[in-house]
Amino acid sequence: MTATPYQTESRWRRFREDFRSSLCALGFMSPAVIMILLFFFIPVIIIVGISLTNMSTSTGFQNWKWIGLENYAKIFKHPQTGEVLQNTIFFVATTLALFNVGMALVVAIITTHIPRRSGFTYRTLWLLPRLTPSVVYIMMWKYIAADSPYGILNQHLLVPLGVEPTNWLPANPWLFVILTNGFIGASFGMIIFTSAIESIPRDYLIASLVDGCNFWQRIRYVILPMIRWPLLFVTTYQTLSLLTSFEQILLLTDGQFGTEVWSLWAYHRALNNYWGNFQWGFGAALATVLVVIGIIMAIIYMRYFQFNELVQEPKIEAL
Amino acid sequence: MDDHPLTTGTTRANRVIFNIILILVTVPILVGYVWILISTFAQRTYGLIPVDHEGHFGGLTLKNWSFLWEDPNIWQVTFNSLVLAIGLTIGVVTVSALAGYALSRIGFSGRRTFLGVTLILHAFPSVTLLISIYFVLRWISRIPIIGNDLPVIGGFGYNTLGGVILVMLALQLPLGIWLMKGFFDHISWDMERAALIDGASRFRVWWQILLPQIKPGIAALSIFSFISGWNEFLIPYTYMTQQEKSTIATYLNSLLSDTAPVNYSQVAAVGLFQLIPVIIFFIFTQEYLLSIFAGGTKGGT
Repeated sequence: MTATPYQTESRWRRFREDFRSSLCALGFMSPAVIMILLFFFIPVIIIVGISLTNMSTSTGFQNWKWIGLENYAKIFKHPQTGEVLQNTIFFVATTLALFNVGMALVVAIITTHIPRRSGFTYRTLWLLPRLTPSVVYIMMWKYIAADSPYGILNQHLLVPLGVEPTNWLPANPWLFVILTNGFIGASFGMIIFTSAIESIPRDYLIASLVDGCNFWQRIRYVILPMIRWPLLFVTTYQTLSLLTSFEQILLLTDGQFGTEVWSLWAYHRALNNYWGNFQWGFGAALATVLVVIGIIMAIIYMRYFQFNELVQEPKIEAL
Repeated sequence: MDDHPLTTGTTRANRVIFNIILILVTVPILVGYVWILISTFAQRTYGLIPVDHEGHFGGLTLKNWSFLWEDPNIWQVTFNSLVLAIGLTIGVVTVSALAGYALSRIGFSGRRTFLGVTLILHAFPSVTLLISIYFVLRWISRIPIIGNDLPVIGGFGYNTLGGVILVMLALQLPLGIWLMKGFFDHISWDMERAALIDGASRFRVWWQILLPQIKPGIAALSIFSFISGWNEFLIPYTYMTQQEKSTIATYLNSLLSDTAPVNYSQVAAVGLFQLIPVIIFFIFTQEYLLSIFAGGTKGGT
């Protein structure tokens, strides 16, 4: 069927309107688009590209050449790989279980079972480590661990108990790496779990009381099943965060005492080490491994946590 | 008294136990802040107890604060941190409010794609890109004038404050855009439509009608950006080569990692100096901050 003159005209008008609103949108969007291209898209391409070269301080920016997948082969053969991988898995799993999910859940459950005001106060206190400048925060922990007579742990807890004082940071590095990261990380899950618990319909809670549930039974059979999704979300989201963030470890031990994790290893290799020999190619290969994991997991969140629903069309179209 | 079934369901004894548990797990957080406060006013501290040079109780002093007038670097790094925090705030709010408006109100091709991409980026761990951002910054450095010849921020390239601002701005955009879009979504569009029919331009509508209505959102995002800019350590540490001339966070770190034994009391004073603005924001804007973190944050752990 051929289009009537009226239809062609309206189609043309629609096209013109679409074009005008797209142009208008472009004006609003361009700063954001440029920034995202410059600091997300191009870097992803660059990092994959560099990981295929032998670029380092000794080759400079001129004399490097493509070496294919050699850097990735080097990761497999490197004597440090096994230890770093083990460290990373240990660090992520322990921090996640004890703090980012475990402690977060405990604090969220308890603070919702006491009067609102005091619950709110405890939760705000738990937010403090996240807001404190990381250098100041790590300084506090270094002093807590410091040797006698200065360290808080030695002075107020261990010496009175008769424990031989020492500087606990080198003596027990993982404990402090996990504590420092954990006290920051727990607040994320705590906030999500709290709002999930508070939005459980009251009828369910009252029904469980009427049925004579005790505290533990109600947690086990009412609350936990109802916050299944937030639990899964926090677990996956925080796995990725812990896997890739290294700022606290960098400040606390700088990877010494056997606390080098994968992301810190990449950073040390490519951007920051004592010898001043930056292996951009090898570091980029290490980082690319994390980038690939990051992209895969980010897409998984999109699909399974209904993030797509957030992408609904705007209610108003252009006039 | 609260009558939420969660609270009424617990006995008095339970509540006492809950409070004890909460206090026990919260104490490690507070101890550090108490120490930093005591330490800055003491010659030295044994644990949390202020002592003088012989190790006797006492030794209270204001000498640790002498860095404020004796250390030539401190005001430079404080100024740099302020420039970073303010520049970042202005940048994040402007770019996010512009993009958030278009995403919320204008139907254009590519809108869904862009929203999807920012959503993925929101979950994507951007610290993994530090190595390649280094190359982007070096490339920007080669552009004349805006590379590294601007007043105050020094330019937008490698080893400049502007470069650090630009990187942090980009990393915060996914959060900012989503937050702003959410606020725009909740505003009725009657006024806006009336203005558009009367012939106002989109930009004018955005500036004069919509922005005043999302002030709470702008405030929340500003506070969040300011604090992250003021606190940031990793990015200035990575992309600025002279640590003493960089920001207060990297300066403090250079004091801590000196090879000479660290004088904790003096360093604590610098630490408290950096902490004060954050605490002030924290006390007055807890609810704003809690709402932003509930919207999901990235970075940190």
